[in-house]
Parts: sequence; C-alpha cells; structure tokens
Amino acid sequence: MWIAKVIVTYKPGILDPEGKTIQHALTQLGFLDIENLETGKYFELKFKSGIDREKAEALTRETCEKILHNPVIQKYTFQLNEVSA
Amino acid sequence: MKFGIVVFPGSNCDYDAYYVIKRVLGAEVEYIWHKDTALRLFDAVILPGGFSYGDYLRPGAVARFSPVMQEIVRYAHEGGRVLGICNGFQILLESGLLPGALIANDHLRFCCRQIHLKVMNNQTDFTRKLGTDQVLQMPIAHYSGNYFADADTLKQLEDEDRILFKYCSPEGEITAEANPNGSALDIAGIVNQEGNVLGMMPHPERAAEKILGSADGLGIFNSLLG
Repeated sequence: MWIAKVIVTYKPGILDPEGKTIQHALTQLGFLDIENLETGKYFELKFKSGIDREKAEALTRETCEKILHNPVIQKYTFQLNEVSA
Repeated sequence: MKFGIVVFPGSNCDYDAYYVIKRVLGAEVEYIWHKDTALRLFDAVILPGGFSYGDYLRPGAVARFSPVMQEIVRYAHEGGRVLGICNGFQILLESGLLPGALIANDHLRFCCRQIHLKVMNNQTDFTRKLGTDQVLQMPIAHYSGNYFADADTLKQLEDEDRILFKYCSPEGEITAEANPNGSALDIAGIVNQEGNVLGMMPHPERAAEKILGSADGLGIFNSLLG
C-alpha cells in the first residue's frame, strides 16, 4: 500500500500570518536563533491496495493540482512511502 | 429581471441579499441550492458572503467544486452576470473566474467595520448607475480580504480598467491608512475581462438602507437592474 505525504506551503513573499505569530512568540520565549519560521498544511493520502507507485504518484499530483494547493499563493511537495496493509 | 442567490452550506449573507433585492428593490429573486445543476434563466447570479463549507482547506476552495459552481462557471462563460461578495469573491478566485487570490489581512485580525471605496470605472454592468470617483460607504467583515496577484496580473487589471473599486478615505483619497487589509493596489473589487463577473470584499447588501447606516450599496444592484 502506498501513502502520499503532501506538504503545502506559501510561496516566497506571501504573508504567512500563523508563521509570523509563532516566530514572534518563540522570540519572546528566548529562541533567538531562529531566522525564519514557515507554516504549512500536511495531508496524508492512503491509497487502496492494488494502486501501484506510478498510479499513486499521478493521483497525488492530480489532487495537489486540482484542490490541495492554490498555485497563485502556494507550492507543494510530497513523498510516497510503502506500508504494509 | 430576475436575480438568483446561491446558497452553500455556511452561507450567511444570502438572506440579506434576498431581502435587498425583493424588499428594497422590488425585483424578482430566487435562491439556488448548491446542489442545483439546472440553473434556471436568471439575469444575474449572486454568490453571497459567509463561510461556505466552513472555509475548510482555503476560503472558497471546496465551494468551487460544488455542483452549482460547475453551472455558474458555464453561465459566466456564456456571458451571464455573476456578483461575488466577500466569500463569493473568494469562490470566484478559486474557481478561476477571476485572477489572483485573497490571503490573510496584513494585520492578522478579522476586520468588521464601515469602510469607504472609490468607483474607478463606471462603464460596467455593475457600476453604470454610479459616478466615476464616487465614494461609497459600506461595511467589510473578513479575515482573508488581502488581494494578491503577481505583478503582471496587477498591471493587466489596471491597464484594462478592471479594478472597479479601491479602498479610500471618506474624502476619496487612496492612502495606505484607508486600506483595511493590505490589498495590492488597494483593490476592493475587480471584474473579469468580459466585464460580466465582479468580485468584491465589501458588502453592498449590508448598505442598502439609510436607517442601517448607508444606502450606497444599492447603486450596484440598481446598475444590474439596468
């Protein structure tokens, strides 16, 4: 069985309010060595058995393009892992 | 003249728009349920404000794939007039009927107050009863109203006179202080290239009677009435 782990983040230059807020909080807590903090969304897609790696990759890409990310403001990456059923 | 108002799960300005069209303008209006696929013959369709599908994933991202939106995209491509207000604007951007995206307000707070906007182009179906440079007062109520598009798109919008409304001061001055959310070019509302699809963050349906603070929003509905 294949699992796709998708991460969607903002493109450079797009306001990431959550990231900015968390970074600010960390600075106040004394974590002064963090140059930048970005947030993103994580999705895990578990495919049905019988879906091979190639198909899983194509389907993941399609869901990312169609709905999981907005290409105007976001980018995505994913990795595929094989797991036992 | 018959208006249609789309009702998504989570829409909350649908009745406001219905009330304004029916009671204030005295025009014909009907709700369109989000599962409807047979769009009856409407002369204009409104995508109201609210939190369609809980705004999960991104505002408008799920609504875009609802059955009625497939029909609305077709309707718009055939020249049908579509007005998206607030969440409706977000849905129009997600569905690709308008360019760009709405991201979180630059000050990171939900913003609910009266603002002013300036009419930049009155040569459209949505603004023909308004004057160019006319200042309108109406409320905004949003967290993601910060218009973003790449430099080429912004230039195109400006060159083609497609920015219908910009945020301004009560005196009509377009300044950084008058911009409530950080929108690029102080954009409050834009139309598509054909001029039949308008998306805007301010709420004209909440500014349709003097007793409620302003009747400036009526101009947009009256323009559609022709």
